[in-house]
Parts: sequence; structure tokens; C-alpha cells
Amino acid sequence: MSNRLINVLVPVISIILGLLVGAVVMLVSGYDPIAGYIALWNGIFGDSYAIGETIRQISPYILAGLAVAFAFRTGLFNIGVEGQLIVGWFAAAYVGMAFELPKIIHLPLALLAAAAAGAIWGLIPGLLKATLKVHEVIVTIMMNYIALHLVNALIKVVAKGGFKTDKIQDTASLRSDFLSELTDFSTLHYGIFVALFMVFIMWFILERMKLGYELKSVGFNENAAQYAGMSVKKNIVMAMVISGAFAGLGGAMEALGTFGNMSTRAGFTGIGFDGIAVALLGANTPLGVVFGASLFGSLKYGANNMPNAANIPIEIVSIVIALIIFFVACGYIIRVGLQRIGKNKEAK
Amino acid sequence: MEYVIEMLNIKKKFGTFYANNNITLQLEKGEIHALLGENGAGKSTLMNVLFGLYQPDGGEIRVKGKKVDITDPNVANDLGIGMVHQHFMLVENLTVTENIILGSEPTKMGTLNIKDSAKKVAEISKLYGLDVDPYAKIEDISVGMQQRVEILKTLYRGAEILIFDEPTASLTPQEIEELIRIMNKLIEEGKSIILITHKLQEIMSVSDRVTVIRKGEGIGTVTTAETNPEELATLMVGRQVTFKTEKGPSHPTEEILKIENLVVTDYRGIEKVKKLNLSVRRGEIVGLAGIDGNGQSELIEAITGLRKVKSGKIIMGDKDVTNKKPRQITENGLGHIPQDRHKHGLVLDFSVGYNSALQSYYQKPFSSNGLMNYKEVTKHANKLIADFDVRTQGEHELARALSGGNQQKLIIGREVDRNPDLLIAALPTRGLDVGAIEFIHKRLIEQRDQGKAVLLISFELDEVMNVSDQIAVIYDGAIVDTVIPAETSEQELGLFMAGHSKSEIVEGSDGAVLKEGDDDHV
Repeated sequence: MSNRLINVLVPVISIILGLLVGAVVMLVSGYDPIAGYIALWNGIFGDSYAIGETIRQISPYILAGLAVAFAFRTGLFNIGVEGQLIVGWFAAAYVGMAFELPKIIHLPLALLAAAAAGAIWGLIPGLLKATLKVHEVIVTIMMNYIALHLVNALIKVVAKGGFKTDKIQDTASLRSDFLSELTDFSTLHYGIFVALFMVFIMWFILERMKLGYELKSVGFNENAAQYAGMSVKKNIVMAMVISGAFAGLGGAMEALGTFGNMSTRAGFTGIGFDGIAVALLGANTPLGVVFGASLFGSLKYGANNMPNAANIPIEIVSIVIALIIFFVACGYIIRVGLQRIGKNKEAK
Repeated sequence: MEYVIEMLNIKKKFGTFYANNNITLQLEKGEIHALLGENGAGKSTLMNVLFGLYQPDGGEIRVKGKKVDITDPNVANDLGIGMVHQHFMLVENLTVTENIILGSEPTKMGTLNIKDSAKKVAEISKLYGLDVDPYAKIEDISVGMQQRVEILKTLYRGAEILIFDEPTASLTPQEIEELIRIMNKLIEEGKSIILITHKLQEIMSVSDRVTVIRKGEGIGTVTTAETNPEELATLMVGRQVTFKTEKGPSHPTEEILKIENLVVTDYRGIEKVKKLNLSVRRGEIVGLAGIDGNGQSELIEAITGLRKVKSGKIIMGDKDVTNKKPRQITENGLGHIPQDRHKHGLVLDFSVGYNSALQSYYQKPFSSNGLMNYKEVTKHANKLIADFDVRTQGEHELARALSGGNQQKLIIGREVDRNPDLLIAALPTRGLDVGAIEFIHKRLIEQRDQGKAVLLISFELDEVMNVSDQIAVIYDGAIVDTVIPAETSEQELGLFMAGHSKSEIVEGSDGAVLKEGDDDHV
């Protein structure tokens, strides 16, 4: 079996298997899987509005995925994307609300603020890892909680005791009447272009810049990097800063595009954590992240339609979605299986 | 005579290449049976078949007359076959004891019982004089210690048939004698040994019979008492061989490396280099001979900037490079072929091209203004591949996919191409075949002839004797003596390596006996 054929077959078979097992779950629970999947399909691609909302949902997933993937390429496990995204969200919402500037300055400034906030949130665990060898997983997890509650407190200060910040100025908004009208007045905004541009940036840093060569060296083999005279510490800090900046921009998508403000939260958004799965599904490559984010974003958004259109409870829907993602993540097993079948045929 | 193991007409194919083709080896009970062949002749493959790591494509294996199917190493273990691997099969971040019990962990009330195992390991270690710390982590101990752990592992599991795969590669003559004593003791207790080696002397002194293989083919089995080293060498190589590396006299000039009273500590803070003094001049190769673990690793790491110096001075050219950063030292004219090519020398998941720029990626033309110029990297890589005969599918191939010899040629190419004033070559030929070794030795001598200085660190006495212009012997972190190869012998070096000083050798009566023995040496 040729490699190219296997590369095409693996994701297709994975998704089919996921759908089949999901169907069994729905059947056993007494719901109609066909109606369920039709609802899912329509939820994702049903009309231009659904498509617009799906794409809108994908944007923050791309950025969260990039953040995890970038750190991973340097051998770091950034579990703090969630917290970095939350501080980025707040920074963008605040800058978007508090200043009055022409759009050409205001929007980039708000995006920059989000990236900077995320970067600082990544810098702290990066520094701790580089100087004191504190494991980044522990620090980033804790930084998530600090971010959540600190931002909640800051929102109350900014909102003078209220529970959400004022709407951002139009000059800081990513909203687009054109994109919105194109998709039957969905909330689709320019954020997707920011996200795709960042995909290019990640590729550019890793594949074209000297920094990328160093980051990858450190990621693959710290000892060899040290032997080659690279500063392992500097690269660890850089990786966490850039990773945090990607995550912060993910927050800006929500602040400047989808919501236009920020409310206090009882819990995490989940986008940052899903970013881990997105990155791993995409094998930590920039284009792979786009694929992973598309799968995650569309399933997440499309699933909203299943309770309404097919009367399937949200709990079952979550299980079905999880199963599909699970099987895609298991692509490796399917690949090995296919290769074995190929080999057996050859042997006969 | 009863055979404990019979390997009959074994075939093993990799792709279209036969690594083993019709090899027969019959091991008698209570004998030391040598398996002789050049590097790459298929000795390791044959033993891996016996040990269950590879499945044969033809032939059969019998243990005590019964045909067996050795599907994995556990089956081999159950049959009482133990292997001391040439390339260690150890888990780096586990301790010695944990590695030894791996796969058959003893438990007490459901929890791992390390203490008793460690005690048993210490006992066996003491019994055979292996001097291994049961609680040391593998990643922290030297290459030589790791080999002893491998020996311990089979002894711990009570193997009946022991396969020693090139066990003496990192031992001194004295230690080899120790090992031979251990082997003879094992035989006395009814065990049988297969000794894989390409060292003729060892075979002559220890084995009962020899099976020779050449390029994967079984040549035959001879009784040791009825043969001689010359015949064995001819059988092994298929032609008459010369053992010496060709080189002219050296013309040393100015001093390029001067080390004064250097003290370096290891990861535990224990002093491994103790007030060491060493000097290397342009136009000479200084060989640093010594048993693994006597401070060589720490010394190299200190010179190259990878480890902090506690006290003392390292002067390169006219600059003090003590405790400077690796890059500063590199830019001061240092080339470094590291001891462990996988750990330090290469990023295995990088392509050959990326690896070729590892030391110079930040300089023009490989990068400018923060951007890499991969076209130049590729061009440079292709030049190195051609100049240094790196056998690869191309510069895009992953370094991981290259054979050890070609990985080493890539590193040597990268380091030599930068034209360093001082080249540190640490175990540059470890695990390589004859052809690659010859190539690397030639390159080192070429550097010397161009007026560069070479510091060669090696555990192989042959190599040190053949390539160096001066031999400095390191023992317990200090230089015992510096000698000229023509004026010394392996025996004398061996005594230095064991910590004896020159005066002891000349005065002691043992020394006189050893000196007379020189003439027998091949």
C-alpha cells in the first residue's frame, strides 16, 4: 500500500470509525443517530450562517493550538494557554474600551496588548524553568488559576462593581459588516485572518529564522544545543513568551471579535485546554494546527444544533463529539493496522 | 561432546543483504568459544538471533539438542542465555539496580523490593570485583561502568550461557586479565561462554575454540591450540593485514593548549580532575590514554566550556578560556568531536544538512539579520558529504538514519571544516568498522600535518599507540606520565593506566617481567 494512499485513508477511516461508535452510543441511548448526524452536519455546513459561525469558532482554536504546538517544538509543555488566553482577552477588552484612537492604531494596539499580556503570562513560567528548573507544567497550571481570578477582580474594578466590561470602541473591533452579511449576519469577524497570519508567523519563525533553528535544536536535543553554543535558557524563555503571545491573541479574538467585552467567569473557557488536543492532532505543525482547529471548532459549534434539531441531550452529544476526536487522535493505530494489512498481502 | 547450543546454517537477511549466510556455531558445555570477525562481518547479528532480538530467515537453533524457537529475549533468558551487549541496553534515567531487575522485578507485599536486590547486586559486584554502585543512575556513570552493569545483569539472572559482545573494548590489559579470570571462574562452575571479538590476542589467551565469519559467511571453526594469530587474521580478513597507521614524524611548534592545576568536579561535587597539567602543541597529536572514568569526560567538558572549572587555568593560544562559554571557546579556535555523538554531537531528528551547520548556523553565510539561509546550509552540507565521504541519501536525510560511521564522519567533517587550531577528538572511532577507523585516523593525522593540534582521547590502546605523537596517561584525574609511543609498550601504558608511576615499573621486579613480555606482543 503506497504511503500517499495511507495518508488519505487514515483520517477518513478514523472519522468513519468515530461516527460509527458515536452512532452506537446514540442507538443504545435510544436516539436516532441519522437524525443526530444530519443535525450535526447542518450545524456545521447547513447554511451560510452556520458556516460563518463555524469559522468564527475555529479562530481562537487555531491560536490556542499554535501556542501549545510552538512550546512543544522547543520541548516545553505549555498547559497555561488557558490563562494566557484569559489575560489576553482582558487586555484587548480593556485597551479596546479605554482608549479613543483611529482604527489603524487602535485595533493593532489592542491586538498587541493581548499578545503582550499572554507573553508576560508565558514569560513567568519560562523564567522559572530556565533559572530555577521549576517544571513548566506545574507553574502554567497554577498561572491559569491566577489569571482567572485576577482577571475577574480586574473586571469588577474596571466595571466599577459590575460583572462585565463596557463594549469596546468600534475602532478596536474585528467585526466586519462585509463578512457578517456574506454569512447571513453571523458573528464571523476578521479574526480568522489574524489567526491564519499567525500560522504563517509560526512557520516563518521555525523554518526561516535563526531563532527557529535554535528553538528546534533545544527542543530535540538540549545537550547538542549546548554543545553548539546555544543558550538553552534563553531559548526556553523565548519559546514560552512567543507561545504566550499566540495564546493572548486567541483571547483577543473573543474580546475584539466575538463578544466585544469580557464578563467575569465562574470557570475556564476550555479553549486553552482544547488547544493541547488541537496541537497534538496537528502533530505540532502550523498547518496541522489549522486542521486540528477546524475539526475541533466545527464539531464544537455544529454539536450545538444536535439537541435542538434531533432532541439528543447535550451529554450524549458531548460523548459523540469526544468519540470522533478520540478516533482521529488514534490515527496512529489505524496507520499501523493498514501497514500490517499491506504487508500481509505482500507476503502472500 | 555435548553441545549446549547449536546454531546450524543460520541465515539473516536485511532487505536484499545477507548479514548472516549459512553460519554454523556449536558451543560445547564448559568451553569459551570465540566468535571472530571484522566489524560488520555479522557477529552481532548472529548473536542477536541467538538472543531472540532478530528472527532467523533460515537454519535452526538447538539448545541441549532440542530445537528451539527464540522469539524474544525473554525466551533466551528462560533458556539460560545471557548477553553482555556491546551497545548497552540500559534505561538511562534508572539506577543500576533498577536496570538489573528490569523485567523481573522482585516484589514484597506488592511493592518493589529494591533494597534486597541492591544488596544482591552489591554482593555480585564485589564477588567479581566490578566496583559498581547499585544506586548510581545510568546517565550519571561512565561508559565503562555501564558495561560492567551489563555484565552484572546476566550474572544476576544466573545465566548458564553467557555471550560477551566485545567486552574488552574499554578495558586495560590488566582489567582484561581480571575479566579472563572471571570468565575462567564461570567455566569452572559449569557455565559456557561465547566471546565475540576482533582482538586476536584475547582469543589466543582465553578461548578453547574459534569460529570465524567473514562478510556474513561462516568460514569455519578451529581449535585455538592448533592455530596462531597470523592464520586467524588471514581467515578473518581474507588477505594479509597491516596493523599500523601510516604517518610521518611530527613537527610540533608553539603551544596551543596549556592546562594548569585544573580541578573539575562531577555532578555530585566530587573532584574528578585533580590538579591536572597538560600541554598540546601545534603539529602534534597528543593521545590521552586512560581507563574510562578517570576524569576524561570532565576534562573535555571543562576545556570545551560545558562544565564549570573549580580551580586552575585553561589557556588556549594566548587567551585564558577558563569558564568561558562554549561558543566563546569555539570561536577561539576549538573543534570538538564529542565522546557521545548522539548526546552532544548531533541533533538526530535534524537532517544531515541542519546538523552540518550546528556550530556555524549563526554566522554568515548561513544566516544574516536573524534569518537562516538554508540554500547555503545545503550547499555546505553537500560539500561536507562529498569531502568526508558521508554515505547518505542526501542532505535532507535525518541524521538518525545514518550508520554510526557516517554520523561520525559528518561530525568530523563539520568540526575539521571550521579549520580549528585545536581539535579535541573524544573516542572518535568508538563502535566503527575498520574502514571508517582508518579514514578518521587519516583525517586526524592530516590536521596535525597542517600544523593544527589534536588532543585524542581514547580507551583503545591500539589507537593511542598508532595515532599519537605523545601519550599522556590519565589516572584518577591527573596525568601519571607522558611518553612517546615508540618508547613504550601496551603493558607499560597499562600499568600507568592502573596508577603506577614510572619509577615503580623500573624498580619493581614485576615490571621487569612485563617489559620482557613486550616482544610477544602483536
